[in-house]
Amino acid sequence: MNTQTRIPALEIEEDFRARAHEALGDPQLRGNFRRAMDSLMTKRAAAFSDPEEREDLRSLGNAIRARALSKLPELLEQLDRNLTRNGVQVHWAETIEEANAIVLGIVNAHSARQVIKGKSMVSEEMEMNDFLGERGVECLEADMGEYIVQMDHEKPSHIIMPAIHKNAGQVGKLFHEKLGVDYTTDVDQLIQIGRRVLRQKFFEADIGVSGVNFAVAETGTLLLVENEGNGRMVTGVPPVHIAVTGIEKVVENLRDTVPLLSLLTRSALGIPITTYVNMISGPRQPGELDGPQEVHLVLLDNGRSQAFADSELRQTLNCIRCGACMNHCPVYTRIGGHAYGEVYPGPIGKIITPHLVGLAKVPDHPSASSLCGACGEVCPVKIPIPALLRRLREENVKAPDSPHQAMRGQGSKYSRKERFIWNAWARLNRSPALYRVFGFLATRLRNLVPNSVGPWTQNHSAPKPAPRSLHEMAREHLHKPSGDL
Amino acid sequence: MSAKHNILAKLRGSLAGTTPIADNFNEALVTEPWRYAPEQRLAQLRKLMEAVHTEIHLCSEQDWPRRLAEQVQARQLLSLLIAPGTAHGQRVSEHWALHPELPPLKAYDRPIEQWKAELFNDTPASFTGTLGAIAATGSLIIWPTPQEPRLMSLVPPVHFALLKASEIYDNLYEVQQRQKWASGMPTNALLVSGPSKTADIEQVLAYGAHGPKDLVVLILEDA
Amino acid sequence: MSDLFYNAVPNATRVAPPRHAPRQYPDSKPQRVYLFGTCVVDLFYPEAGMDAIHLLQREGIAVEYPQGQSCCGQPAYTSGYTEQAREVARAQLALFAGDYPVVVPSGSCAGMFREHYPDLFKDEPETLKQVQALAARTYELVEFLLKVCKVQLNDLGQPTKIALHTSCSARREMNTHLHARELLAQLSNVERVDHDHESECCGFGGTFSVRMPDISGAMVLDKTRALKESGAHQVVTADCGCLMNINGSLEKQHAALRGQHVASFLWQRSGGQR
Repeated sequence: MNTQTRIPALEIEEDFRARAHEALGDPQLRGNFRRAMDSLMTKRAAAFSDPEEREDLRSLGNAIRARALSKLPELLEQLDRNLTRNGVQVHWAETIEEANAIVLGIVNAHSARQVIKGKSMVSEEMEMNDFLGERGVECLEADMGEYIVQMDHEKPSHIIMPAIHKNAGQVGKLFHEKLGVDYTTDVDQLIQIGRRVLRQKFFEADIGVSGVNFAVAETGTLLLVENEGNGRMVTGVPPVHIAVTGIEKVVENLRDTVPLLSLLTRSALGIPITTYVNMISGPRQPGELDGPQEVHLVLLDNGRSQAFADSELRQTLNCIRCGACMNHCPVYTRIGGHAYGEVYPGPIGKIITPHLVGLAKVPDHPSASSLCGACGEVCPVKIPIPALLRRLREENVKAPDSPHQAMRGQGSKYSRKERFIWNAWARLNRSPALYRVFGFLATRLRNLVPNSVGPWTQNHSAPKPAPRSLHEMAREHLHKPSGDL
Repeated sequence: MSAKHNILAKLRGSLAGTTPIADNFNEALVTEPWRYAPEQRLAQLRKLMEAVHTEIHLCSEQDWPRRLAEQVQARQLLSLLIAPGTAHGQRVSEHWALHPELPPLKAYDRPIEQWKAELFNDTPASFTGTLGAIAATGSLIIWPTPQEPRLMSLVPPVHFALLKASEIYDNLYEVQQRQKWASGMPTNALLVSGPSKTADIEQVLAYGAHGPKDLVVLILEDA
Repeated sequence: MSDLFYNAVPNATRVAPPRHAPRQYPDSKPQRVYLFGTCVVDLFYPEAGMDAIHLLQREGIAVEYPQGQSCCGQPAYTSGYTEQAREVARAQLALFAGDYPVVVPSGSCAGMFREHYPDLFKDEPETLKQVQALAARTYELVEFLLKVCKVQLNDLGQPTKIALHTSCSARREMNTHLHARELLAQLSNVERVDHDHESECCGFGGTFSVRMPDISGAMVLDKTRALKESGAHQVVTADCGCLMNINGSLEKQHAALRGQHVASFLWQRSGGQR
């Protein structure tokens, strides 16, 4: 689909509308996403068939994440201590540049040429594949979906199912062109081709990179979930394992992972558990015969501390990366993941990305929503996504001299004209006399509404006020002797 | 100042004057909906595991090595990797010694660096024990050890696992409590709930992605 | 309500508020209610507002319509112009000060009063008390008719099939879809049919429909197609924003199908005159 060798993640934000427009006009994309999202929604609903249990569990998930965030610095220190005691090397990075430098340092220390990567959205934030590729180190994706999109020089379009925008025919064609295998649309055969190629890569790799689903402070444990086995491969076969994660992924106790796991797998895929739950607490110990001899954890900030600083926005960090929000989003379903132009698409993408890259880079993100609330209703950790979108809109239109500076890039959609219009609207609506005049004019001059009224008439006939307002009709009716009880 | 210092300082600054939220766990919620009568546990486990293509055979304490041999032969496997130092590995060795027609046993008795190519390319099946299983999710509990390293249950395309029915727990919370996980985790701990799978292409489920294509569980009915 | 989940300290980590307990309704009808008409009803669908008044009056309830009312403030609020929304909200507060119910023929505006006014005034403790009292006595029209008036409707109309579209805020903030279904089920000659992706947003979202017309347009096209394919003879909705969106699209498509506000539908079916 794409001939560029590198897709910059931080593309110009104005293109959001252009990309959305293009996606909306692509029937194959629309069909693929509609079917996929419908299926994921149905699966989730079936997995949460008891509404009481579901809502209680969501509350518990929210409570556990809030507790962890309420003591985040303490838990991060405890995690660091316990991981270090277990033999894991813990690194901290404020920016993606720092994080990549740490990874490169480990790569160079081992003269590594081949890195194999399990699924990690944080590594996408880091653009690790390109960073290492530019330095002559192969960084290959091992998750089937990620492998497919990497082969096609694309970014993932969904955080759980990276190749969800592709159908089997497209994958078959891709494998045929890039791997030289016979064209097939048989999914089992395609998976076996991937298995064969990647098995050799697991075998050869110098370093394995993974993400982390939950980092447990109590025991110094990294918990990873997956269905394919690539996560166990990359964290188990190569002599060095580097895990990368955001600073918000820590949970206090091991038992906290029990409800969070249940929420994660049921919300994401409608399954009671993933094929593998992989809990890593250290490198190979004396006497053990396999496992990496070195395990590293890179803790990345990259703007999360900005979200953390504001108690309302801090809730963004509850996220356990299940993808349910995008599965239920009517906007995401229609424009797909690539239209967002950033690492995280969908509702979570809209509320986290402004912290990662600044609002100025993604000024349309907060507005790309009808605030329908489907996302907030399904979020397993009760992030109030619509409220956060509204808050980000507020930040977006703040005047440059506004006293409270919560975010990088705030005021990126500030417009004096728009502010003037809303001030006028407020003046009108808080003054009964003005409002009455406005109502009179709107109704009496209704036939003067032109047929084309900006973006509204793109999708609708011209709006025509009624001949008389409710104010008038009600006043008349309620003051009639018979109408007034 | 280091990144660690800067990050922690920012976070602390943001929490200035606040009190950490007290423990708010809900034990009932993660146990009560996930409790089974003892006689139901096995059925629940089977239902969930078989739904994702796990093959399950019920055996007795006496005849499970013979049943294992049957399965190995039925699949025409050319060898079987075991951990001879374990009790169940011993039983296999003993049974195999009486049946020379069976394909050879391999032992995972040296570091992987010494035989990685053979493990990847020429080891069609493995046999491990388990630390029990979880009925609520249909999961085997596997804690790799020096005798039974983690790659045994990952690299060979066919994985045979031995489970005692008496060690089937109701739910993960119960497992963590009764096996006291929080007091010390091993290098690697695993829950394995079926053969490897993926739905990454058009949401169509395909088995045998990177992990084993076949998971065969021999359940000792000793409960 | 706000102090339940906020620690006294403003930068405390937030825990989600506990779920609303099912709403308790008064045992008997009040003698008097306010009607908050909403700005969309006022200017575009005043007949729906009048039919709401008629329905309430038929239940023996006096209806007061403060002439100074205008808009609940939602358009500014959702666009991020919080200060402007607050100004307008404050003006409405003053007009509905009496301790009797406020009935609103729109789930999204009722939701604004109940769910979002407390947020708007969370930093003004005195006003907040007033707002909380107002929220407690605000009802969406269908909810009020069903749960407070316990209305019994006689269907005097011809057999017909309808599709019910419920606005997202009405659905999620006010459970209006359930109330509306129950009320419509009282009409013996009315068959309600489901439509495809019924719980999905119609694409209005207030200013979303003009800020993101491409995406909004795609959503309303899917919604109108689903409504057309449902076999319904007409569409009924309790929210005029959605009504404007759906009808505007149907008109542009020169489709035969149209929507009507539930107040008008109920009033006409149960023999009401205009």
